[in-house]
Amino acid sequence: MRLRTAALLGAAIAAAGLTVAATAQAQNEQFIPGLIYRTGAYAPNGIPFANGVADYYALVNERDGGINGVKIVYEECDTGYATDRGVECYERLKNKGPTGAAYVNPLSTGITFALTEKAPVDKIPVISMGYGRSESRDGSVFQWNFPLLGTYWSAADIIMQHIALKEGGFDKLKGKKIVLVYHDSPYGKEPIALLEQRAKMHGFTFTPMPVTHPGVEQKATWLQIRQNRPDYVLLWGWGIMNSTSIKEAAAVGFPREKLFGVWWSGAEPDVRPAEGGAKGYHAAMLQHGSGQFGVHADLKKYLYDKGKGAAKWDETGEVLYNRGLVNAMLGVESIRKAQTKFGNKPLTGEQVRWGIENLDLSAARLKELGFEGMLQPLKVTCSDHEGTRAGRIQQWDGAKWVVVSDWYQSDDKVIKPMVDAAAKKYADEKKLSVRDCSKEG
Amino acid sequence: MFYREAGQFKTDYAADQQIFPILQDRLFVLAVIAVAFLAVPALASPYLYTEILIPFLILSLAAIGLNILVGYCGQVSLGTGGFMAVGAYAAYNLWLRVPELNNLIVVFLFGGLMAAAVGILFGIPSLRIKGFYLAVATLASQFFLDWMFARVKWLTNHTPSGSVAVGHLEVFGWHIDTPADRYLLILGIVVVATVVAKNLVRGHIGRSWMAIRDMDIAAEIIGFRPLRTKLTAFAVSSFFIGVAGAMWGFLRLGSWEPLAFDINRSFQILFMVIIGGLGSLLGSFLGAAFIVLVPIVLNQLPGWLGVRMSTALLSHLEFMVFGAMIVFFLIVEPHGLARLWSVAKEKLRLWPFPH
Repeated sequence: MRLRTAALLGAAIAAAGLTVAATAQAQNEQFIPGLIYRTGAYAPNGIPFANGVADYYALVNERDGGINGVKIVYEECDTGYATDRGVECYERLKNKGPTGAAYVNPLSTGITFALTEKAPVDKIPVISMGYGRSESRDGSVFQWNFPLLGTYWSAADIIMQHIALKEGGFDKLKGKKIVLVYHDSPYGKEPIALLEQRAKMHGFTFTPMPVTHPGVEQKATWLQIRQNRPDYVLLWGWGIMNSTSIKEAAAVGFPREKLFGVWWSGAEPDVRPAEGGAKGYHAAMLQHGSGQFGVHADLKKYLYDKGKGAAKWDETGEVLYNRGLVNAMLGVESIRKAQTKFGNKPLTGEQVRWGIENLDLSAARLKELGFEGMLQPLKVTCSDHEGTRAGRIQQWDGAKWVVVSDWYQSDDKVIKPMVDAAAKKYADEKKLSVRDCSKEG
Repeated sequence: MFYREAGQFKTDYAADQQIFPILQDRLFVLAVIAVAFLAVPALASPYLYTEILIPFLILSLAAIGLNILVGYCGQVSLGTGGFMAVGAYAAYNLWLRVPELNNLIVVFLFGGLMAAAVGILFGIPSLRIKGFYLAVATLASQFFLDWMFARVKWLTNHTPSGSVAVGHLEVFGWHIDTPADRYLLILGIVVVATVVAKNLVRGHIGRSWMAIRDMDIAAEIIGFRPLRTKLTAFAVSSFFIGVAGAMWGFLRLGSWEPLAFDINRSFQILFMVIIGGLGSLLGSFLGAAFIVLVPIVLNQLPGWLGVRMSTALLSHLEFMVFGAMIVFFLIVEPHGLARLWSVAKEKLRLWPFPH
């Protein structure tokens, strides 16, 4: 009996909770869900990112009173980087607010893959800034996916261009050995296709080496690297896997100057645990780097001076915090763009999707927003959901990140045919109808 | 007062051999099934379907499969995740490569049969290896299968990231689009599978499993062949687990990678069986409900009660309370939640005049 009453009570609480969750809140609010992680093996990297996102939304509310008067309501849900938990968070949050979720940032390639299937049904766009599936930049097939600022194929290509430049041209790569140490998940596997293509073009040997989640055990991988003596090692890790790789590289004496991380392996939490061992390590930049820019002055004035910031003030210039800011800003600007067409009111995911697809941030606008120096202008179109393919390389000097390269553009002559083929295969497999981008206004 | 079999006379063997010999039990189960099929679709929200009911039902089926092996036949297995993966990827490959068979029932049966075949293969060592050693041997199957689906590109149709996706699902012309469709299909499969499992475990096959579980030498002496008995348990168990895996991929995730069936999945389902009750089909459902629902409820409870706390604190609390609850239930009733249920039923018989 006791059990039964407990069960009834539980059911009643659950039912009450669900009805409360379903009722709409105040009318002039735009709801934005946040799939983040502040716990688990990826928390060291998840926390600064989540703080950046939360702070930017808070800043828009405090400074401008919302987006053209529409207040942002932001709610976090901790996914722990687990795909099933991420989908649960998404389902929990997608219908909140008067118009449902404006868009969703999965912050995990695995969750992005899962939500890619749900987005067209729920009509909620997926912004996977700097991650997600590379072929999803083809908006004619992936109408709802926006891998803004760069895909993994772009990232791998930018790193390869940098290596080629250092070697004196792509033809000098012939006979070189390049190893990819990657997180054994959709995230880590993404760049393999491009690197294999590049290996075929330029005649270097490419060896992918998987590291299982969460990546704290890499002794065998690095022993192999010590035996094979590759010329360069590319690192596609996340969370504690990054710092472990760098420590292991130091332990086997692999020169850190020849270790290149993707932009998710190039932040402070990745290099600090390795202490001196990380000095000289290179990483790609998702456009922006660390440091404080125009927007940080506003953050100080409106949030941190009033004690409303999510992070500590001296953490606000870190790479991942800045990436959170950029991520939130692109979302907010997309909503602003959509408001020019649909009016200054809370918008549905479908309306915001139009805003993202027509997002056009000029250098002047970026300066106005305080992102000058962090981002290059970008323009999203129906056929190009990436917006821009520019990136730089930075190096850890033992205390801070230093930008060591000029801007690179990933080579569309290589990537575009791959994107087209992969997107076509996806459309065929799923029997999808493809949009004709030349007819989109 | 109401729960009493006095006056229910059995006049033939069929009446005596029913699954639920007591009228009240029969009515209760029929009412639950009727509510699940009729009332739930009228009331449930998409969130309730996709995040609570669907995972609960699919993992219940997987727990039933594992319970047949661990609870009824006494063979400890840590390879559940791997067998689920076999079901999911076998079903995916049939669905992808033979489009004429785009019927989920056929696809799931194929997934289950392939899982059964792999289960038999990995069950062969069970003849020689027992107890914890067998657990370690099945662990090897988990790692091998994980590795295979991550490395053999053909199985994932050469996708760059190893993640596969399905769409346009149908069963005999019925298009499975909405969460309600998926729920009803899963519910139908789980009900049928549960009836099959119940009849297996109470028939001569189930009795041979239990004989092996209780003392394999004695079972051998009275005429059960250990190899055949153990392998049927592995086959049936893996079949159910494979169907559950295929449903998990097709109807729950829609797009998945081998990580969805990693070692954590094996542990999760083993915990369901242990917490729910070894050797009890009801226990499989209760255990699945406990493991699926409690973390979600714990994570949202402060929000429902209007308590605002940081996301990080919420997640940490969830882990701590969930762990404490598992320990609590195992101390209070080591035989699982199913045993609590049967104790409650015993008490109900005497109610309101316990002696």
